[in-house]
Amino acid sequence: MIILAFALFIAVLRSLPGPVFFPVRLLAIAYADFFRGIPTILLIYILGFGVPGLQLAGVPNGEFFWGTVALVLVYTAYVSEVYRAGIESVHPSQNAAGRSLGLTHGQSLRYVIVPQAVRRVIPPLLNDFIGLQKDTALVALLGLVETFRQSQIDVAGDFNFTPYLATALMFLLITIPMTRFTDWLISRDRRRRQAGGVTA
Amino acid sequence: MTAALEIQGLRKSFGKLEVLRGIDLEVAEHEVVCLIGASGSGKSTLLRCINLLEPIDAGRVTVLGEEITARGVNVNRVRRRIGIVFQSFNLFPHMSVLRNVTLGPRKALGLSRAQAEEQATALLDRFGLAEKRDEYPDRLSGGQQQRVAIVRALAMEPALLLLDEVTSALDPELVAEVLDVIRELAAGGMTMVIATHEMGFARDVANRVCFLDAGQILEQGTPAEIFTAPREERTQQFLQRIVDAGRL
Repeated sequence: MIILAFALFIAVLRSLPGPVFFPVRLLAIAYADFFRGIPTILLIYILGFGVPGLQLAGVPNGEFFWGTVALVLVYTAYVSEVYRAGIESVHPSQNAAGRSLGLTHGQSLRYVIVPQAVRRVIPPLLNDFIGLQKDTALVALLGLVETFRQSQIDVAGDFNFTPYLATALMFLLITIPMTRFTDWLISRDRRRRQAGGVTA
Repeated sequence: MTAALEIQGLRKSFGKLEVLRGIDLEVAEHEVVCLIGASGSGKSTLLRCINLLEPIDAGRVTVLGEEITARGVNVNRVRRRIGIVFQSFNLFPHMSVLRNVTLGPRKALGLSRAQAEEQATALLDRFGLAEKRDEYPDRLSGGQQQRVAIVRALAMEPALLLLDEVTSALDPELVAEVLDVIRELAAGGMTMVIATHEMGFARDVANRVCFLDAGQILEQGTPAEIFTAPREERTQQFLQRIVDAGRL
């Protein structure tokens, strides 16, 4: 949720027009370039081991906290690019139509552009969501015991690979229903627009 | 009579291509002016410049006595008084007809939802679209979509309506229903600037016809003057091609 909101914010910043917003656009671009450019695992190491090591006052030390922060930073960068692709895929004439009604740039984005953009990027968003879900296994490197690490422990005990299969199954149990659910959302939206007249 | 629209020395280039090369045009209130001319002569660009969808390079545009091309003018406020209807409809595909029509009044004019819907329903009713109010644009015919687009522009109660080749994307049998709407608006005293390829329609509905050629208004006059006795050779050639194509 944080990722979805934050990434949309970054993508919108990047779409702001005119020279006034150049520094803002630059920051948004730098953010995406930076956090997409470094390996997730490296960022998890840097934040998860590095920040607690600094022993700063008033900063949380938990591995879970910093593992989560690292994943949020990285996936926000990926998702913001997905949003940007969506925003740019909406034909400029839609913005022209919105602005010609006297809507401000922000209103046109909010009511005309972004709702269409988000609908178009649902499948790639789901892609990233699944990726994120799988990358949670990486926080195990910080010493956190999540499902994958737990299964490694179990396998190491008796050389029985069933725990790995069970873990794989657990991931699938989350991702497959999620995929079907978004498919359903997309087809419902299409039905509503093309079969028309059903809902107000 | 006050001028609804006054354009002086308007110039516009896209890169090296100069599309508008000094346009002067005055439109009185309740006047209907048709812009004719070949594709690429600058008709659409002129309309887009009038409601500031394209920034202009030089010249002045004045609407109801206010120079809208002056520095510091709030373009959003200006656009609320100038409606535009596009060749490709540009309805919002993710909204029902009713929401398409009420979006501008609610968000730009600050009407309540109830007020905006009441007004929109009355307008849709007037143009025979009442039972389409909950449909989505994809479900409508081209003619219906374009009528909705006209209603959407009218819902803002514009002082000036710009129509950019609004029938060019329509199947021939759907053109009439849209032209009828425009005729009705003209009869109701709406000030309009209409870029069109429908010469018969221009002759019927226009108070004045302007022939654009290479970014300039080469000739203007009453429909009778332009269509029956054009003075300029370029106008004659253009009209001859229209006649040859069987469109006049």
